[in-house]
Amino acid sequence: MIYADVLIVGGGPSGLTAAKMCCEAGLSTIIVERSHILGGQLTKQTHKFFGSKDQYAKMRGIDIAVKLQEDLASFNTLTMMLETTVVGLYEDKVVTILQHNEYKKIKAKAIILATGASEKFLAFENNDLPQIVGAGALQTLVNLYQVIPGKSMVMIGSGNIGLIVSYQMLQAGIEVKKVIEATDRIGGYKVHASKLKRLGVDIQTRKTIKRAIGKDQLEAVEIVRIDENFQEIEGTSEIIETDLLCVSVGLSPLHQLASMMNCKTTYISELGGYVPLIDDHFQCSVPGVFACGDMVGIEEASSAMMEGYLAGLYTCNYLNQPHLEAESLISHYENQLYELRNGLFGRKTLRGIEKRKENLIHA
Amino acid sequence: MTNRIVEHPILEVKPKKKIRFVFEEKEVEGVEGDTIASALVALGVVTMGHSLKKHRPRGFYCAIGNCASCDMTVNGIKNVRTCITPLEEKMIVKREFVEDIQDDIR
Repeated sequence: MIYADVLIVGGGPSGLTAAKMCCEAGLSTIIVERSHILGGQLTKQTHKFFGSKDQYAKMRGIDIAVKLQEDLASFNTLTMMLETTVVGLYEDKVVTILQHNEYKKIKAKAIILATGASEKFLAFENNDLPQIVGAGALQTLVNLYQVIPGKSMVMIGSGNIGLIVSYQMLQAGIEVKKVIEATDRIGGYKVHASKLKRLGVDIQTRKTIKRAIGKDQLEAVEIVRIDENFQEIEGTSEIIETDLLCVSVGLSPLHQLASMMNCKTTYISELGGYVPLIDDHFQCSVPGVFACGDMVGIEEASSAMMEGYLAGLYTCNYLNQPHLEAESLISHYENQLYELRNGLFGRKTLRGIEKRKENLIHA
Repeated sequence: MTNRIVEHPILEVKPKKKIRFVFEEKEVEGVEGDTIASALVALGVVTMGHSLKKHRPRGFYCAIGNCASCDMTVNGIKNVRTCITPLEEKMIVKREFVEDIQDDIR
């Protein structure tokens, strides 16, 4: 059995920032990460962040990932366990992990869940053909591994991820044949859409994919126009030849570990799906278990980092070993989060958080 | 190595050390920093495995070890998530076909 004050599941933006707070407060901390690298979604984000300096604005995600790891480099109370997957999680805070084909157990006084999110999928004929790829996955292949999986692509979804990834594929030399959007308006920021349009990319609303065509791999897609009830309009079918189809239709929180340890969860569409019910201090319904980042509601990485700092600080308080600057840091990061959610896109998140609070009261 | 970026406006593209490994009994090459899956995609491999019941081809999908689409047998160990497993010299990588999974069940 390995013992620690705090076990953090997930080494992405919220997990790493939470770790910094716990380490600064002198708590022995373990980060468990299933991938072989730290940084999560940041490791593939070559674009610059928005917001203020405190929210890492004007830095590229890939550089923020390096910075967050540098912030942790000096702590000898921190253990990083990479290529390690949590396979069992129990209410007494004993955690079973699988590392390099070997099972081990960790017992912690508090657990911070920062598992992030996975990409949603879309139902259509032949949707399982090879070369139909998640937007984040394509971004990882191209930006992190510098591998180009195809010559051309069609993007489904015009949210920020769909737009940004399309732009980044152009940067890597992949032809973007079309970006399609099922609703009547482009989902992401105008600035991202304009960049694509300037480069001649066709963004079409009220269009969806009907089927993928190909035998052993994608060869073409059939797209159709849809009405306000999302039903196909006859006679609008169009076949586009492409060797890549990218699916960018949103993300779902990876809530499963919270459910496994009997933390109460609920479905909140504004937050992306099932989320653990957390209180104002990021604590789940099981005392001593905290959750933050995309796992408690899909937002941008900037928010995930602010949540990570806060969840870390509240965890220290819970363990009666508060961070020396707990009070001022908590108010600082709460303010940052408030600012980040103050824009147009934050409204949906705030609605979701309101619902999460109501559910908590009734739970 | 035709499927690798050679020039990029933002990313630094450095020459990387080659890593030799065996895929489906053929000696092939990836580079340092690759996962097994990224090396295979760079080699032009699109079929990462087959579905259990209908034998339909499965491709690279999530890249975060979540979807099981790229699971392969690596050095004799089954169901290795190749998208989050770093490539190592002399690894023996095989796709998982329905046949060998059925053998296990029997």
